[in-house]
Amino acid sequence: MEIVVVLVIIGALALFFIATYNRLITLRQRVKEAWADIDVQLKRRHDLIPNLVETVKGYATHESTVFQKVTEARAAAVAAGSSASPEQRAQAENMLTSALRSVFAVAENYPQLQAVQEFKDLSENLTATEDKISFARRFYNGNVRDYNTSLQTFPTNVFAGMFGFKAEQYFELADATERAVPQVKF
Amino acid sequence: MTTDSTSARLSIYDAAAANRWRTLLLIAVFTALIAVLAYFVGEYFAPGGGIAALPFAVAISTGSALVSYFAGDKLILAQSQARELGASEEPQLRNIVEALALGLGIPSPKIYVIEDSAPNAFATGRDPQHASIAVTRGLLDKLDRTELSHVGNRDIRVMVLVTVLVGTVALLADWMWRSFFWTQGGRRDRDRGGAGAIIAVIAVALAVLTPIIAGLIQLAVSRQREYLADASGALLTRYPPGLASALRKIAADKEPLEVANKATASLYIANPLKDAPAFFDHLFDTHPPIEERIKRLEAMD
Repeated sequence: MEIVVVLVIIGALALFFIATYNRLITLRQRVKEAWADIDVQLKRRHDLIPNLVETVKGYATHESTVFQKVTEARAAAVAAGSSASPEQRAQAENMLTSALRSVFAVAENYPQLQAVQEFKDLSENLTATEDKISFARRFYNGNVRDYNTSLQTFPTNVFAGMFGFKAEQYFELADATERAVPQVKF
Repeated sequence: MTTDSTSARLSIYDAAAANRWRTLLLIAVFTALIAVLAYFVGEYFAPGGGIAALPFAVAISTGSALVSYFAGDKLILAQSQARELGASEEPQLRNIVEALALGLGIPSPKIYVIEDSAPNAFATGRDPQHASIAVTRGLLDKLDRTELSHVGNRDIRVMVLVTVLVGTVALLADWMWRSFFWTQGGRRDRDRGGAGAIIAVIAVALAVLTPIIAGLIQLAVSRQREYLADASGALLTRYPPGLASALRKIAADKEPLEVANKATASLYIANPLKDAPAFFDHLFDTHPPIEERIKRLEAMD
């Protein structure tokens, strides 16, 4: 009789562990998938920037510091993209965003440039990519929050560490105005 | 359907799962209703005929339910004369839709355009993996990027939350109407005994009630959904005035959308028919008054 009781308890515990473990795996997988969405868009932005610099350079010949800044920021962001943590990447990407803004601010001063189709396409694409990063980030952060919350709540927090589950980092944009309104206007 | 009104961020995974269950439940109820209707109508025409009619009714109602579930989106898009966008057409709209899909972690829906100058939009599909969004030419012309983004956001969220349900309800209600009219044909008056009279009363009552029930389910789901969708759409972008100004522009346009009909009207972001007579006092509206929706959005700010 006692053996049956013990077996039932062990069985229930085993089921509980399996269910919790699988739940954590699912949540962590969602975080990874969401991160992949951000990654694709960040890379897309990196790819668009050299074209933008070339196009704007053709018209704005005296603005070399702005171009240098954006080129450097891009190089730093690309470098961060290969290995760094979400936090470090967010930092590099924030630098790139503000450098990009100054390029578009410069471009404002050249009306001929505004009329060039290639420039129009590039700015639409960059605006869109910026939007996509912003939305993908929101989704990613939501998934991170769900995952971290279930890691930190009882009773999961007791043994999550034993299975090697660690809290994930949020992907934060420094700019507060950007957080309030997702549509980025250049 | 309150999943989203309480928490700031809806878990898309839970919403999609809940939605699938609601749709299945709805289809079951629909099939049962049609079967009961067929039984009593059969009994009414010929005593003992109810049982004979049952298998046909179940086959027909199951068939139509399956069609609405699996091909409903295509039927609705075809009825609305929507044309799928080519890869290079309307890059701005495509970009907006792709961004919104990323924000919800769903695949980018297919994009359709309805060549009509009345501004309106809807989304449809049985789940996020089989989703389409349709916008009219008028909407593309009249709304700016931000407003389009808010309309798209709202529509895509509706799709994930309840459109499967509402789309199915719309089509099923349509089927119910048809089966109702179909059973009206060939009715004969006969003298009957006690049991026959009771069955006749039930048959008539069901025949009258079925379309009303169908209509009311559709309307109730639809109207509540508009407020909910406005609210949850605004929550994602955290910028209610964006959707409010889009709605205002849509409301300012008095032109009805020709390709919309009774079955598809409830899918649109704003009532496309614009013919609601005043004496119905909003009981049969598919949408709450747009001014009221704008007011609620502004109150959220």
